[in-house]
Amino acid sequence: MNEVKALVLTGFGLNCDNETALAFEKAGARAHRVHINTLISGEERLEDYQILAFGGGFSWGDDHGAGVIQALKLKNNIGKDLLDFVEAGKLVIGICNGFQALVNLGLLPGLEGDYTKRSVAITYNDCGNFRDQWVRLAPNESSPCVFTKGLGLSDYPVRHGEGKVVAEPEVIETLVANNQVVFQYADQAGNPAGGAFPANPNGAVADIAGICDPTGRIFGLMPHPEAYNHFTSHPDWPRRKEEAKRKGKAPEEGITTGIKLFENGVNYIRETI
Amino acid sequence: MISNIEITLKQDLRDAEGSALKKKADSYFGIKIDTARCVHIVTMETDLSQEDLDTSRQEIFTNPVTQISSLDPLDIPFDWCIWVGFRPGVKDNAGATAMEAVKDVLGKTFTADEGIYTSKRYCLTGEGLTREDVEKIAAEILSNAIIQQFKVFHKDEWDKKVGADVKPAKVILNHEPCFDIVNIDTDEMLAQISDERNLALNPRDIPVIRDYFLDEKVLNDRVEVGLSKPTDVELEYISQARSDHCNHNTFNGVFRYTDVETGETVIEDSLFKTYIKDPTLELKDKKDWVVSVLWDNAGVGTFDEDNNYVVTGETHNSPSNMEAYGGAITGIVGVYRDPMGTGLGSKLFMGSFGYCVGDVNYDGPLKPPLHPRRLLDGVIEGVKDGGNKSGVPTTFGQTLFDPGYMGKALVFVTALGIMPKTVDGKPSHEKTTSPGELIIMSGGRVGKDGIHGVTASSESYSENTPAGHVQIGDPYTQKKMHDFLLVCRDEGLIPFITDNGGGGLSSSVGESAMLSNGCEVWLEKVPLKYEGLDMWEIWVSESQERMTISVKPENLDRFMELSDLHEVESTVIGKYTDTGKLHIKYNDETCAYVDMDLLDKGFPAWEFDAVWTPPKTRGMTEPVISTPVDFNGILEEMLTRPNICSKEWIIRQYDHEVQGGSVVKPLVGVNHNIPSDASVTRPVLTSEKGLAFSQSLLPWYSKIDAYHMMTCTIDEAVRRLIAVGGSFDHIGGLDNFCWPNIGFDEKTNPDGKFKAAQLVRACRALKDTCMAYEIPLLSGKDSMYVDGHLEGPFGERTKVSALETVQFSATSVVDEVGKCVTLDPKIAGDLVYVMGETGDELGASEYYEMFGKTGLNVPQVDFSGSKVLYKALEKAIDKELVASCHAVARGGIGVHLAVMAMAGRLGLELDLDKIPVKDQADLTDEKLLFSESAGRFLLTVAPENKETFEKLCKGLPCACIGSVVDRHDRLKITGNKKTLVDLTVEALDTAFNKTFGEMI
Repeated sequence: MNEVKALVLTGFGLNCDNETALAFEKAGARAHRVHINTLISGEERLEDYQILAFGGGFSWGDDHGAGVIQALKLKNNIGKDLLDFVEAGKLVIGICNGFQALVNLGLLPGLEGDYTKRSVAITYNDCGNFRDQWVRLAPNESSPCVFTKGLGLSDYPVRHGEGKVVAEPEVIETLVANNQVVFQYADQAGNPAGGAFPANPNGAVADIAGICDPTGRIFGLMPHPEAYNHFTSHPDWPRRKEEAKRKGKAPEEGITTGIKLFENGVNYIRETI
Repeated sequence: MISNIEITLKQDLRDAEGSALKKKADSYFGIKIDTARCVHIVTMETDLSQEDLDTSRQEIFTNPVTQISSLDPLDIPFDWCIWVGFRPGVKDNAGATAMEAVKDVLGKTFTADEGIYTSKRYCLTGEGLTREDVEKIAAEILSNAIIQQFKVFHKDEWDKKVGADVKPAKVILNHEPCFDIVNIDTDEMLAQISDERNLALNPRDIPVIRDYFLDEKVLNDRVEVGLSKPTDVELEYISQARSDHCNHNTFNGVFRYTDVETGETVIEDSLFKTYIKDPTLELKDKKDWVVSVLWDNAGVGTFDEDNNYVVTGETHNSPSNMEAYGGAITGIVGVYRDPMGTGLGSKLFMGSFGYCVGDVNYDGPLKPPLHPRRLLDGVIEGVKDGGNKSGVPTTFGQTLFDPGYMGKALVFVTALGIMPKTVDGKPSHEKTTSPGELIIMSGGRVGKDGIHGVTASSESYSENTPAGHVQIGDPYTQKKMHDFLLVCRDEGLIPFITDNGGGGLSSSVGESAMLSNGCEVWLEKVPLKYEGLDMWEIWVSESQERMTISVKPENLDRFMELSDLHEVESTVIGKYTDTGKLHIKYNDETCAYVDMDLLDKGFPAWEFDAVWTPPKTRGMTEPVISTPVDFNGILEEMLTRPNICSKEWIIRQYDHEVQGGSVVKPLVGVNHNIPSDASVTRPVLTSEKGLAFSQSLLPWYSKIDAYHMMTCTIDEAVRRLIAVGGSFDHIGGLDNFCWPNIGFDEKTNPDGKFKAAQLVRACRALKDTCMAYEIPLLSGKDSMYVDGHLEGPFGERTKVSALETVQFSATSVVDEVGKCVTLDPKIAGDLVYVMGETGDELGASEYYEMFGKTGLNVPQVDFSGSKVLYKALEKAIDKELVASCHAVARGGIGVHLAVMAMAGRLGLELDLDKIPVKDQADLTDEKLLFSESAGRFLLTVAPENKETFEKLCKGLPCACIGSVVDRHDRLKITGNKKTLVDLTVEALDTAFNKTFGEMI
């Protein structure tokens, strides 16, 4: 079996690198936490990896728009490497601050093969505040996104002050038409939240929680799948465990839907590259 | 050249900041704003060309999808415009990151004269808005005169070309750095110098200081380096080292304690030694898991075979009362440096908060510096930005209200870290400095920040004088430093590390040099925020985000290489020696030269008179209130009370699960909205072990007797831990005292002797409880002057003192996180049990407080009884017999049954008559429901586990009082065969969320 190498960016205020690396490891990859400057200096090379993860955090304090300076820094210094990485059919995932960086780089939504144009923004939550809350996500089964194949309803936490996905109406229409809308915030039954707070925690247009590029290989989402890395991560685990016990079952078996998302990516690489 | 870039959201997008302002103006002052839009201004003082400026504007500062921007003022219509910017010298985090971005995008290097500054203006429309309204909004919502300045423009005053005409908030000191020689010919002269320079030297220390400097041998030594009389740098060093903050003079003082009832008089020589240090050392010998206590920045306990955890707590009260946001963010970011500076450095994995504030709806005559509502808003936001941007989950926290905290509000912050047991083969909790090692300062730069705390008033500022007293923490800079230092630690580059907090370099270098027995410091090397600081200012500045590290010369290159990689500023500022001297130079000129052991030269202990009058003798009695008729009404009313009701909105603003280890979250239950007893976190993601953490605050009991306040507070913290699955054999404690002034003065502090006695009693209780429960105190802090002198309507000032308060934090290690328990009843048919005895203990309870009474019968902890019970419960949870468990806390069984019902969304049917009572007393229904007796739990057990559970609890006060049902979702409580309470979960929810439910 080929070794799948995932690069998780660190430094400059990013803060989910350890658990994102752990999630990749649990999903069967070899994960390396690499400081942005190590990549820029050339000491580590992007081409040696198959998956690139932009993780959560507050890069450069998010003082001038979340993910903005991170995107600038990467574009300025290793912009071409990033485009080559994408061109090579490899995978990019951006979570929370990473998603914000991807839309500011233009890697998302990547309409018409243009991976440099900023046409989607992620702005301040309508509720006016940072919010930590678990959300239910309905995946789009027709989406080309490689990370969400067969995932089903997924619960992950959101933890952001700027998570509202906005774009011009025609951009949104294109995203929907192309099945680039990967995840929508949903109610308990799994139906799109229809903008209702708190199921849609930030007022995102069309309940968009995550989008991919037209190839499905670049994926950005606000919720944190890496935070669901153990059965005790889910807020309902004590009740689920008790319910299972009364039915004579052990608590949840197998990997969580959080790890499953990463595993989809790792398996894709294994099968294609 | 100065250029202003203005940026705002496209007009069809919702302006969340504007909406928040509208909401606040209405709720704070009833001022109606029709529309509010925020314009961000980036002021650049650079030599950039117009083209480069425009590139910056477009590439860095404008999001093409959501924003518009211009190098000229944006034409946004308004009736009134408010501009708000920082005063010079206040940390402008966004300005600093803007410079980083411009450097990268344009390849520009900034000269000392250049800089980027950020500010905002708000465009308001509203028919009825008057200048007075707008100035009120500017002064009391949008800015704080201590750190910010504002300008108000009416639309008729606005020049569309000039706009807000923002100038760089730049510090210009025009001062040649120097040091002074101080004349100390007499005690009076030194006392006068102390007053003039704000050294706060204790009068009893003055002769000791003079004796030292007038000693012949000392004088001869000093001549060698060109000094004679003491310098201001030296006196500042002594002042810092002898301050109550650094030296804990109160806890090390001598107390003459008299009990007026018994006539007993005892001399208490060092409360710290008797009640904290000695018991903790005794317990350290008994408990294998205790690794390091009492000397480092934080205590260290065993987490698992390979890792230790680190815990400490702080308060940041005074600054938060002046500038709530700045004080609180500096507090949380500051306490996070303690674990980073413990042992060879630990990785932060969680934090918590505790806020004690006045009535947020206060509308009386007194004028606190900040109204409690505004103060709470600011504090919440400060910890939010500080904690979230540090990438550390805030997993627990409590907020409580009492009029006493209007004098001084309390802001508690706690930090926990994790580190490998060994680094480079050596124990990670040990560290020392050695002669020849270099002293390195990493992180932020030094300015006039936090020098001598808050002294000047806002009026005395000129346009370019720094507003340094209150700081704004910079979690971004610190996070970079945190990541950098962990890499250095793992490479074995750090033999010693400590943080720069109170006292700045004076403390961090002064204390670390005691290990090597000397140092030489080159102050001119210390990187400054701006030129013109005197030597003493560089030495004692409390500028944030700095660590002091010792590095061997052979490792310097590697250390600096890593520092560059992480873009952290690190500078060699001196070297450790073994000369026995603290030797400070500036450009080769000596400005301080004192013996390292100067501080052991027999400085006298502080002395206090403590006089205890027991509550009965003080005339306290139980109130006379008959049993109420409407228990539904009473319970609903209790649930709305600020100290009981939901504070979900605060917890939701805090990232409580970054790092991916959250097991028991701060909010639990079916709807994830009920505060949990404790939090459980997995700091090591590859392990099944968890760290359980709880806190408790019960200051109300101090109204009767601070002894019982202390025992009950610790007992509650322990109960909370046990309730989630913590182990009684491993409980680490953290005591954080906040006490009003205990120094007696007939005029200014007439009840000082009583408050001193309360302190002695609380310390005795601390020891009694810790010894009974075998809790070593891993860390602790004290803040001794929680009083405020509030201005009244006639120009008078009234002293308002906070209740004698202790926040007690407790830690435990859970072996298997999958066995943890939450408080929500989970399955219909389960049996509801009460463990622990209820007594006639409504003294200082929430119930009495609702009637404006205090009473006398304060809860008392039965250590031996509780201990057996807690161990039994721990066993039951370990055997997975317990489906849910909740520690009964403020408000008693009635309130906490309601809490469980709301969490489980199932019906509960309960019979009060079955509750185990103390001494078979015949308690009235309200006492059964609302007594706050310690040592009690509510739990649910599956019917199939009934027998095993009851066997395990045999002989203990434990009784089944009812069951969980799903045929209805009501809380039904009967007593004496009558229905007392019958409320739907919905009704309970409505009451619980009535007070703050609208807040987000």
